[in-house]
Amino acid sequence: MSVDINDRITLAHGDGGLKSRELVSDLFLKYFTGEPLRALTDSAILAQAEATIAFTTDAFVISPLFFPGGDIGKLSVTGTVNDLAVMGATPRYISASFILEEGFPVSDLKRIVASMAKTAGEAGVEVVTGDTKVVRKGEADGIFIVTSGLGFFRKGRTPLMPSLIRPGDLVLINGYVGDHGVAVLSSREGITLTTPVSSDCMPLSDLIESVLETCPSGSVRCMRDPTRGGLATVVNELAEASNLEIVLDEQSIPIREEVRAACDIFGLDPLYLANEGKVVAVVDSKWAEAAVGAMRSIPGGEEARIIGEVRECTGCGGPGSERCGRTDERSEKGRTDLNRNETALAPARPGKGRALLRLAIGGTRILRTLSGSELPRIC
Amino acid sequence: MSRETVFDRYKDPSAARYLLDRVKELAEDLKNGGDPIKVMEVCGTHTVQLSKTGIRSALEGAVRFVSGPGCPVCVTDQRTIDDMISLARLPGVIVCTFGDMMKVPGTYTSLYEERARGADVRIIYSPMDALQIAREVPQRPVVFLGVGFETTAPAVALALKSALQHKIRNFYLFPAHKLVPPAMRALLEDSDVEVSAYILPGHVSTILGKRAFDFVSSDYGYPSAIAGFEPVDILLALFSILNVMRAGAAPKPGVINCYPRAVTDDGNVRAKALMSECFKPVDALWRGLGLIPESGLGLKGEYSRFDAREYFDFPRFSGDHCDGRTGAPPLSAGCMCGYILKGKITPVECPLFSTACTPETPVGPCMVSGEGACAAYYYDR
Ligand code: SF4
Repeated sequence: MSVDINDRITLAHGDGGLKSRELVSDLFLKYFTGEPLRALTDSAILAQAEATIAFTTDAFVISPLFFPGGDIGKLSVTGTVNDLAVMGATPRYISASFILEEGFPVSDLKRIVASMAKTAGEAGVEVVTGDTKVVRKGEADGIFIVTSGLGFFRKGRTPLMPSLIRPGDLVLINGYVGDHGVAVLSSREGITLTTPVSSDCMPLSDLIESVLETCPSGSVRCMRDPTRGGLATVVNELAEASNLEIVLDEQSIPIREEVRAACDIFGLDPLYLANEGKVVAVVDSKWAEAAVGAMRSIPGGEEARIIGEVRECTGCGGPGSERCGRTDERSEKGRTDLNRNETALAPARPGKGRALLRLAIGGTRILRTLSGSELPRIC
Repeated sequence: MSRETVFDRYKDPSAARYLLDRVKELAEDLKNGGDPIKVMEVCGTHTVQLSKTGIRSALEGAVRFVSGPGCPVCVTDQRTIDDMISLARLPGVIVCTFGDMMKVPGTYTSLYEERARGADVRIIYSPMDALQIAREVPQRPVVFLGVGFETTAPAVALALKSALQHKIRNFYLFPAHKLVPPAMRALLEDSDVEVSAYILPGHVSTILGKRAFDFVSSDYGYPSAIAGFEPVDILLALFSILNVMRAGAAPKPGVINCYPRAVTDDGNVRAKALMSECFKPVDALWRGLGLIPESGLGLKGEYSRFDAREYFDFPRFSGDHCDGRTGAPPLSAGCMCGYILKGKITPVECPLFSTACTPETPVGPCMVSGEGACAAYYYDR
């Protein structure tokens, strides 16, 4: 007996009995081929020289499960891989847990698992442990996936942190924003766009590695992947965490014409739409061009460019003013300290800081964070 | 590429910057050391664009923009919202709405909170989606909350026609659509409203046509222009009305159509026919403005059967679509939406603005809706 591709998931696939074992051996192990997983032990045993570890976890629920440019499986790998990579770590291992709804087509599961395996291969990570549970019909929406990931810091590399950001630094992005948001929304709503938009969903490990290899240690201050909440949200987080002002240049931010058009229809702002293959990097201005070049040399980074700059925050009357929320003193000594690991790991203090948008017609406006998810109207 | 370039012209920053300077000059010249020129942008999308593009702040001191009653969510009377919430609480009912209604506070709660408590409220993008849901679950009543202007009404009419044709008996409309021209008339009649000129809504004009707004100039003598939504569109409209003002006593040219690539004299005839097939004008309550005669859309003839207000028995706040009450409705404590919709104050002048009232904790609908004046000013600060 083996798992039938035309079959549907039943509660028996999750009860730990014969059917569960079949699902593991005939489906999961066919795609996930890493040695630590094949051992099928209760924990994966990972031999690794002592190093600083980055560890992250994320849960993936998305409708539709398959969308132009990706699917929940690809997303569950890239999401976790990218969370590790943006810290400056090299992603290495991931775990994958599946919550399946009774009746879920085995063929869909197979497609999803195959996509995960392919993406993991591209990202250079191994799926080393996992779990499957089946819940009764109606208790889940098809499939939920939870992945956790481990990454290691190469010799000489330290975690990238917003506290390392300095006035004068430049802000970079590796390409068009808003693609993923529009791709998912339009396929969820069954709206056909004249020019279809594909999700940008991709692992960023190679692209980030290229930047970190090109730029000297310390010159790349911080990176974030602008997923939920989009570019505007990430830039706000960075400004707040560093107590600095980040000014993006409206005209430099790459947005596809078709994404703009779709946003006009949905009443959305591309700066707040999710991306799954983008990284925002804050880099020492001396190395910004080099970092852009490094991104452009890797697929997915062709449209990389500088989109903004960092400066002292003046929103509250300037540093030192009564209303300024900044509490850390940035002495020259502090600067050298920050390049050392332990200081860098100290949590960034919440303060003021703000994000601005330099407008095409001149002047600036505040780039706010949105409250809750965007609730569009079509009118 | 070819199709986009036409629209790119209206986004062109150098053209926008040039026009901006001309508008500034003209306005400074006109006000001649006095107060900024007061211009009302009737449409909520314009309110948002003025913030987003930076036009409002760039013209500060020269032109003062006041937001009109042009955000469909903001003009919905609080009692109507209470009724919708009360309907959503009925067991078995599926309520479908555009997303921006979700967080609008009623007197006690919002659709968002009701959904968390178990009400089946679904966000949709088109009235057709609601009809589709009704098809999929024939055993449950599906109610679409009809909040909007002439821009959404034709799509709702289309859904109603299709429901009638395919005998979909579990589909209902909560009729709360409003008409812009009657509200404009009410504003123009209102001596409280002190505005020198009007920027008229582009989307509504696309449906109704330029002629529907001619009365603003011909009957009331106000310089007014229909505007599109790109920076150049808005600035062109401003430039035109300021020019009319400068010409002073010279004969007024009527409403200027600065959005001819979308707006014709007679508008979208098919959409208008669809609307008049399903709807009839009824008196309606506007938040902050009170009762305005023949300013809402009620269901007509054989379409009356889709009227959720008739079909469902739920605790009412507002009585019928209009029960003749004209007094100021009991707004959420302290909310000054009414004054904002009349252009009497700007959102920053509301004492609750950005203190008690923020997009996270909205007191009035103007802070919730993407097109709301208070939300636009909040993101503008
Ligand atoms: S700021 Fe809030 S309370 Fe004040 S008018 Fe606007 S919505 Fe109402």
